[in-house]
Amino acid sequence: MRKGLVFGFAALAAVASLPAAGPAAAAGANPPLPAMEWSFDGPFGTYDRQALQRGLQVYREVCSVCHGLKYVAFRDLADLGYNEDEIKAIAAEYTVTDGPNDEGEMFERAGAPSDRFPSPFPNAKAAAAANGGAAPPDLSLMAKARVGGPTYIHGLLNGYQDLVPESVLQWIFDHETETRNHRYEAALVEYEAALDAYEDKVKTDPAARKPIAPTEPDPVTSVEDLGLASTSNFNAYFPGYGIAMAQPLYEDSVTYADGTPATVEQMSTDVSNFLMWAAEPKLEDRKETGLKVLIFLVVFTGVLYAAKRKVWKDVPH
Amino acid sequence: MSGFQTNSRVIKWIEHRMPVFSFLDHSIGSGYPAPKNLSYMWNFGSLAGISLVIMIVTGILLAMQYTAHVDMAFDSVERIMRDVNSGWMLRYIHMNGASFFFIVVYIHIFRGLYYGSYKAPRELLWMIGVVILLLMMATAFMGYVLPWGQMSFWGAKVITNLFSAVPVFGESIVTWLWGGFTVDNPTLNRFFALHYLLPFVIVAVVVLHIWALHTFGSNNPLGIDPKGPQDKIPFHPYYTAKDAFGMGVFLILFTAVVFYIPNYMGHPDNYIPADPLATPAHIVPEWYFLPFYAILRSIPDKLLGVVAMFGSIAVLFILPWLDTSPVKSGRFRPIFRLFFVLFMVDAVLLGVVGAKPAEGIWLTIGRIATAWYFLHFLVILPLLGVFERPRPLPTSISKPVLKGGGASFAGATAKPMEKA
Repeated sequence: MRKGLVFGFAALAAVASLPAAGPAAAAGANPPLPAMEWSFDGPFGTYDRQALQRGLQVYREVCSVCHGLKYVAFRDLADLGYNEDEIKAIAAEYTVTDGPNDEGEMFERAGAPSDRFPSPFPNAKAAAAANGGAAPPDLSLMAKARVGGPTYIHGLLNGYQDLVPESVLQWIFDHETETRNHRYEAALVEYEAALDAYEDKVKTDPAARKPIAPTEPDPVTSVEDLGLASTSNFNAYFPGYGIAMAQPLYEDSVTYADGTPATVEQMSTDVSNFLMWAAEPKLEDRKETGLKVLIFLVVFTGVLYAAKRKVWKDVPH
Repeated sequence: MSGFQTNSRVIKWIEHRMPVFSFLDHSIGSGYPAPKNLSYMWNFGSLAGISLVIMIVTGILLAMQYTAHVDMAFDSVERIMRDVNSGWMLRYIHMNGASFFFIVVYIHIFRGLYYGSYKAPRELLWMIGVVILLLMMATAFMGYVLPWGQMSFWGAKVITNLFSAVPVFGESIVTWLWGGFTVDNPTLNRFFALHYLLPFVIVAVVVLHIWALHTFGSNNPLGIDPKGPQDKIPFHPYYTAKDAFGMGVFLILFTAVVFYIPNYMGHPDNYIPADPLATPAHIVPEWYFLPFYAILRSIPDKLLGVVAMFGSIAVLFILPWLDTSPVKSGRFRPIFRLFFVLFMVDAVLLGVVGAKPAEGIWLTIGRIATAWYFLHFLVILPLLGVFERPRPLPTSISKPVLKGGGASFAGATAKPMEKA
């Protein structure tokens, strides 16, 4: 019985320790994202129009320098509470390539509501070339294309070295130290086995090569210890902690039209709101329709249940 | 033979020339007698049929908007989501409909496994059902490729690459499947064509499934044959009413997911356009393939892994001959019941393992679970029939029902009916 218990705990401990030792876990483990409450959460959640408009401003003034938004058309901005004239004005600030015209030439013209947001680069290759080899992804679907969605985007924008709290850095240092120790221990086991094999072999073959002992890792105590590539920037929430994008948001990066103080926290929250809308513009429509459908179905199913009971009334059972 | 009666002259006129109404009456009407003790577990066959119809209807509408080209597929899906009227609804219904179709069919299969619905004289009915499962899997797999996201592309690549394990002809088969030297536009085009075709093949095989079903009628929770008319009730109105109520409950759950958590069962990576140069960190199939994916990866040898994966379905074909017990219903098989629960746990465990990276403890768990999967069918079921002593069977369906609390199995029989 006791043996069984000991074995059970040993097995549990093994399960608990293994994820940290796995290479995939080492590359993908990030501290938990800062918890967020979104206005669009829950079955009755809706978008916050003010936040969306501020988020659009952040996108236009900061993100759009490198990131496209190719699935969103200017006419879609009506969802944000803009009227037709405002949308025309926003669209007209952009230059769009159109054509070919009757002479067979491509030409540039002011954007119209029916146009989509023009991407900053003509193609992925140009985007990569201008950004040190890593093409900035289009943001239209970003809020659905990452685990955590808008909470991830918000976390990422606040995940740079100067923005994250000390506790988050410590989490990463501890985690990395542990990972490296596990890796070292595994290498040590391998090394000892190789050493035994070598000692057997060297008796008959003096030319056998002696295995090299793994070096004990130093504990990780700083971002420099993580050994990120020189082209990447530290980010607590990006897989592997090294992201090509430099910190995009600083205090007062934008001046909000509605006078809201433009802290990094505020801007990142607003732009996450906006990108969620960009990825799922029909969210409000969907939840509203869902409520009607569910109310109908619950009533309808109640009727079906009553009908079923009536039909089965006379069957002895 | 025909008990079909009508006063309508139009129906009489048609019936005389083509007896379609009496045919329907015998198939799903008052002329089709069914055991009176079917529990709600018997709702899932009709629910599977409803799911198939939902998938075909939404699928046809989506096909009118979708473009099967590597440069346009992803964009065309986004256009459906944003610019097509109610396109988002169609797509979310279709996307989650696949998951719900599998949920329903898996419950349908486990019900058959527990109540011995595969045993004589329903072996062919069962085998046709396994064919439907295979066709569903092929259809679902190819459908998942169509949006041309990262998981679409890499899932297609991994799964089609399995055929390269075939000795000698492997590489040629894969090239032939792809229509080129990698997953590319020809692959997408043929997958679209087949994804549109196979559902109608499924409809045809479902007709065979129902044909085979109606030859001997439904099995029932007691697993004994109806002894006479007192054990049966007409399908209509009794089971049409019961199935309709089941459909209502199903639709409530289904629409709750479609309208409130439509992306819950999907993978975020599939909202990233396919990139042949960037492999995702973990390539995972849709959840309904995970147990089979776990079996594939638990075998160190590629060819044997593929054989095991297909074998896990193939073993279902010979199940009627592997289970040697003459007793159908698990209710009267105390030891089988235990192993059945274990098997369900094993299947779920395989699903969990399939979602984890194939390394460390998960590999070990996956191997044990895979071994158990085959052990259950190939060793335990044949031996149980020999060594297990089943509990006494009731003499008729009506008897335990009418007698009330007396017999030990009466309570068990009455339970599902209480809800009725």
